[in-house]
Amino acid sequence: MLRYILKRMLIMIATLWIIVTLTFILMVSIPGSPFNSERASNETVQANLEAHYNLDEPYYVQYLLYIKSIVTFDFGPSIKKPDQSVNDLLGRGFPISAELGIVTILVAVLSGVTLGVFAALRHNGIIDYFAMGFAVLGISIPNFILATLLIQQLAVNLSIFPVATWSSPAHMVLPTLALATGPMAIIARLTRSTMLEVLTQDYIKMARAKGLSPWKIIIKHALRNALMPVVTIMGTLLASILTGTFVIEEIFAIPGMGKYFVESINQRDYPVIMGTTVFYSTFLIIMLFLVDVAYGILDPRIKAGRKGGK
Amino acid sequence: MEKLLEVKDLHVTFKTYGGTVQAVRGVDFSLNKGETLAIVGESGCGKSVTVNAVMRLIPSPPGEISNGSIMFKGQELTKKSEKEMRAIRGVDISMIFQDPMTALNPTLTIGTQLMEGLKQHQNITGKAAKKKALEMMDLVGIPNPEERLKQYPHQFSGGMRQRIVIAIALICEPELLIADEPTTALDVTIQAQILELFGKIQEATGVAIILITHDLGVVAKIADRIAVMYAGKIIETGTKREIFYKSEHPYTQGLLKSVPRLDTEGEKLTPIDGTPPDLFSPPQGCPFTARCPFAMEVCDKVYPANTALSDSHSVDCWLQDERAKQLLAATAAK
Ligand SMILES: Nc1ncnc2c1ncn2[C@@H]1O[C@H](COP(=O)(O)OP(=O)(O)OP(=O)(O)O)[C@@H](O)[C@H]1O
Ligand SMILES: [Mg+2]
Repeated sequence: MLRYILKRMLIMIATLWIIVTLTFILMVSIPGSPFNSERASNETVQANLEAHYNLDEPYYVQYLLYIKSIVTFDFGPSIKKPDQSVNDLLGRGFPISAELGIVTILVAVLSGVTLGVFAALRHNGIIDYFAMGFAVLGISIPNFILATLLIQQLAVNLSIFPVATWSSPAHMVLPTLALATGPMAIIARLTRSTMLEVLTQDYIKMARAKGLSPWKIIIKHALRNALMPVVTIMGTLLASILTGTFVIEEIFAIPGMGKYFVESINQRDYPVIMGTTVFYSTFLIIMLFLVDVAYGILDPRIKAGRKGGK
Repeated sequence: MEKLLEVKDLHVTFKTYGGTVQAVRGVDFSLNKGETLAIVGESGCGKSVTVNAVMRLIPSPPGEISNGSIMFKGQELTKKSEKEMRAIRGVDISMIFQDPMTALNPTLTIGTQLMEGLKQHQNITGKAAKKKALEMMDLVGIPNPEERLKQYPHQFSGGMRQRIVIAIALICEPELLIADEPTTALDVTIQAQILELFGKIQEATGVAIILITHDLGVVAKIADRIAVMYAGKIIETGTKREIFYKSEHPYTQGLLKSVPRLDTEGEKLTPIDGTPPDLFSPPQGCPFTARCPFAMEVCDKVYPANTALSDSHSVDCWLQDERAKQLLAATAAK
């Protein structure tokens, strides 16, 4: 097991390195620099500024400097907001983004699984049709359109929820809904179809032959097996929720990391781009690792495979 | 002998898009305490549906017990609510399935699956449940039970899994064990071991067994009585000797002839030609008519009455009718 974890760590570090390198290449290849949009700057000022941030060095030196900043986890100050370090921005933005992300995942998983299970149990009944119709809508409407619709209807027209920002539980409702609906729909459909399959398995019949109650059979015997594919796609869903936060934070003016990330790219704020990218990638890579661990806990056959593969 | 189970005129139908399947069409049989009854017959003749009906495990919809009575220890099972049935399943009547590879839940330990029934039905401490589980593992012949309880199904071979399934079925000490082709999915040596195990269990617990199988060799080994099913009906029933040596139904005879035997080497196997009738619209008369070498005009029109040949042996066939016998005698004389 220890060997397995070490191996995974190495792979994670390698993945991170590839991401950082690609980001660096992309960053230097977009035209423009942090300074050339500034009105007052003349050529000497610009050159001085670039020298200050080491932007006049050859690319490989800049690259090494970036790698150094990542290893020490010190990205220096933002170019655009020189009074703030990148770490400050991350420290302020991350809790908010994490809150949005976690609430979204909870809502998506809990309601998606519940919806899927009921649809499967009432297979071809009204609940099933309703749930699956809803799921198809949820999958096909992009989150930014849903966000705009929700703001228009529930915030502007009916004034039930606040329009934007992130300062109370009521403020969280619309962004969460907008972000969670897609993943929830995917989870609901997947849960339904695997649940339907699991319910025809012999071990379910055997559980019935033991005289267990229907709920016990569903929760103890069926759901656990039906959730396996859901756990498998959790990695992908996490990634899509993460990218979704960029858009949703922008639309709802939520001061999370996603907002800084988008802003930093527009303004070519190199340290912030690097800092947020490294942070996001590390976070996602760790999440994917946890998903794998969860899978091993849910399915004993996987754990055994690992032991055997030592 | 005390009657444990008595099934009378059982009808089971399935409503499908293509129409109504009459899977079981008036089945009668009974079972005494501690006895082993084998149900044999071609694939699709309704064996599994019959025993599932006894457990009231027919999926509904599309299935339905449309008529008949199932008396178990003086209780009418067809009238029981689902909740009442739950108190009977696993406690008084247990079931074993064909494929031990799929009958166990891959994500739960053997111990959990073994003790789950006990915990459901009896007010029992964890410790007592475990003791009982270890006893059962011992009974079905699984070494190192203490360790094995903590393992998952994939860590066991097929034969071992079937032993575990049997242990699960027996843990609440039922009086009736239904085994639906318990050895079909296993290889031959393991089959023999499992059959031996059935004998041993019956000796130890006195459980009555209904055994479904395609394998007449299996039947010869462990059955007391045999019911031969064809197209949703039991067409002949009798003790093992009566069926093997004195069978009267042409279908039973055909079934016996289609089994390879070592003592008649060189003799050709005789398959029964043709296929069973469509259960969407089963024939009015004897369903075997189209394949029967002795078919008469009446066979196709009217279903034959049940003729008792002894206390234990009875058959549904027109050949038992006095008129048919006279006719046969007359043609033989010519
Ligand atoms: N859920 C169902 N829906 C529709 N028809 C069914 C269903 N279950 C069984 N049947 C029908 O009932 C008939 C009897 O099936 P059953 O499973 O009892 O056969 P069997 O004798 O056990 O055969 P085998 O030896 O292959 O197991 C078949 O014609 C089958 O098509
Ligand atoms: Mg069957």
